[in-house]
Amino acid sequence: MFATLAYDLSHLTSAMVLLAGFVVLYQRRLLGVFRAFAGQSWALAAAAAWQAFSQDAPHLYVTAAIALGFKGIAAPLALNWIVRRLDIHRTVETAFGIGATMLAAVGLVSLATLLVLPVTASSAALTRETLAIALSVVLIGFLVMITRRNAVTQVVGFMSLENGLMLAAVGVKGMPLVVEMSVAFSLLIAFILFGMFFFRIRERFDTLDLQSIESFRGERR
Amino acid sequence: MNPLPLILGIPLAGAAMLAFIPEHRLGGWLNAGASGLTLLASLLLLVLDTPAATQVAFIDDFNIYLVVLTSFVAFTAAWFSAGYIAHEAGIGRLTPAYLRLYHAMYQVLSFAMLLALVANNIGVMWAAVELATLTTVVMVSLYRTRPSLEAAWKYFILGSVGIALALFGTILVYLAAQKAMGPGMEALAWSSLMAEAPNFEPELLNLAFVFLLIGYGTKVGLVPLHAWLPDAHAEGPTPISAVLSGLLLNVALYAVLRFKMLLAANGDALAPGPLLIIMGLSSLFVASLMLYRRRDIKRLFAFSSIEHMGIITFAFGMGGPLANFAGLLHMALHSVTKSAIFYAVGLAAQARGSQQIDQIHGLTASHPALGWGLVAATAAIAGLPPFGLFMSEFVLVSSTFPRAPLLGVALLLGLLIGFGGLALRLHGIAFGEAERDRKPLVGSLLPLYAHLLLVLIAGAFLPGPLVAWFNSVAESLG
Repeated sequence: MFATLAYDLSHLTSAMVLLAGFVVLYQRRLLGVFRAFAGQSWALAAAAAWQAFSQDAPHLYVTAAIALGFKGIAAPLALNWIVRRLDIHRTVETAFGIGATMLAAVGLVSLATLLVLPVTASSAALTRETLAIALSVVLIGFLVMITRRNAVTQVVGFMSLENGLMLAAVGVKGMPLVVEMSVAFSLLIAFILFGMFFFRIRERFDTLDLQSIESFRGERR
Repeated sequence: MNPLPLILGIPLAGAAMLAFIPEHRLGGWLNAGASGLTLLASLLLLVLDTPAATQVAFIDDFNIYLVVLTSFVAFTAAWFSAGYIAHEAGIGRLTPAYLRLYHAMYQVLSFAMLLALVANNIGVMWAAVELATLTTVVMVSLYRTRPSLEAAWKYFILGSVGIALALFGTILVYLAAQKAMGPGMEALAWSSLMAEAPNFEPELLNLAFVFLLIGYGTKVGLVPLHAWLPDAHAEGPTPISAVLSGLLLNVALYAVLRFKMLLAANGDALAPGPLLIIMGLSSLFVASLMLYRRRDIKRLFAFSSIEHMGIITFAFGMGGPLANFAGLLHMALHSVTKSAIFYAVGLAAQARGSQQIDQIHGLTASHPALGWGLVAATAAIAGLPPFGLFMSEFVLVSSTFPRAPLLGVALLLGLLIGFGGLALRLHGIAFGEAERDRKPLVGSLLPLYAHLLLVLIAGAFLPGPLVAWFNSVAESLG
């Protein structure tokens, strides 16, 4: 009884992380992107806490707390504040239409499943399925980074990619150093947010204005 | 006595101290002093018995020479940096607060690279590479100009994505090892992973290696993951370009090669050779072709670094004792030569007040010692005899032809294209009528010539222990 409940709850929480990844993908406003990302971090916190309980690994509660406090609350608030202070456009510029992006995301999930399930045939069912979901979340994070044009959404894409990594780390039974890794990543993200504000980075640097590209590359005569 | 705590401790203590030194001249020389002490501590490794592996750190035939190499180049770069920074502060390009940050970060970077090399834990190694990335991002953005911030941001985002993928690969390696080794720290330690590698699950190991190759490969600057590298080299301070090219690329490559050893020891896992050969050759060709149209001297040599990383990756892709030996030798000599080039480039760019090649024109006429030093170093990097890189490239080419003639032709063609590009650009830099200097040339030429001497000696003679290490590593690389 408990075994199936543990299995189902892990599935539920990791599927919620994946679902939130999709929600990040179809937002048209920055505020919505932040909310969806916060939701994903809460789902990750729930997944980590559940793993901590069911694997009897109390250190994973720390990972859960970091996911909840830092990525679920502090980072979205900081992003909101940066958007207001730097006066960044509140709408999201997308490279492809929402529909095409969602289709691509579905493709990535299938890819991740097809990639992970065959090679992990000998691992525990729970581990391999969590790993497939985690890889999907990582790939969708990439997709967000590629298809969203400005720096803020790129950073959110990176953070959601990192949520996928943490999901993989907590899902692998007995993995050491998970807490240290989540601290290291939080440091990285804090650094990114700080850098964005400090350097007033609003957009990505690719532009169709050839003049600015040439000056950037230092190749102008 | 175990010198490892000293090797890791001196840079950390140095960083803490330098963060509070307001005077930049003093800071510059203390920075060089701390790096010198680190070098002395790492030289102890050569004299004393190899320390036993602990949970944190270990020394074997592979990382011992890389530790010495890293602390040596970090020392000469810090020496060069003291003069370089004094000049930059003199013309007001950098303010005292930034210089304090710079010197402290320099030591943190040394610490991170040395930790990545000696770490006996794939998780610690990953975190050390992340730390090295963060510190170099700070250094690249030091001038706070628009191009430098753009370069730092690009490096940051691409580097972070690479690091994230490397972590996924690391988790997969743990998973592959878990069946054989059970849960716990042991399954992350290199010393026990190497022993148990034959029992790992090969499919998981394959998947892990792909993620690790792409992840750490981004930091090596392999095409098509190289986009950050030329910008980061061109826009940061020149001592950092020397450290980036000479050391950090090697550290990332070291990580890839360690994992390749696991695959080689496993036996059932896929042979990573073709992957490495494809990435190596594409880096070689793309970077060689890019050399022709460069107008910025630091960008020119940054592309040359991508080219050489391509050659080295190709060598390890070919595998076998000879090609691996050539790859290891090339890794060491490229590091020494390329940092020497950046020392010369830094001095020249400061004297002329520009990084543009047409402003540096005629360097041998106005500054013979510097100009000919740069010519000699460029000849060395282009693979001309009597320098050591000729030997490693010769061994690689001659060992490739009998095994895979077509790949040998491709390699030779890539090398020739790169040689042509460098020769063409070098002609513009070194010869012809001299441009006018904007500032007097200051700073020591000793680091440049010390490196040149080493590369020259390596062309004629390699010390016995080094050859023994290379041979033993070449064997376990498969």
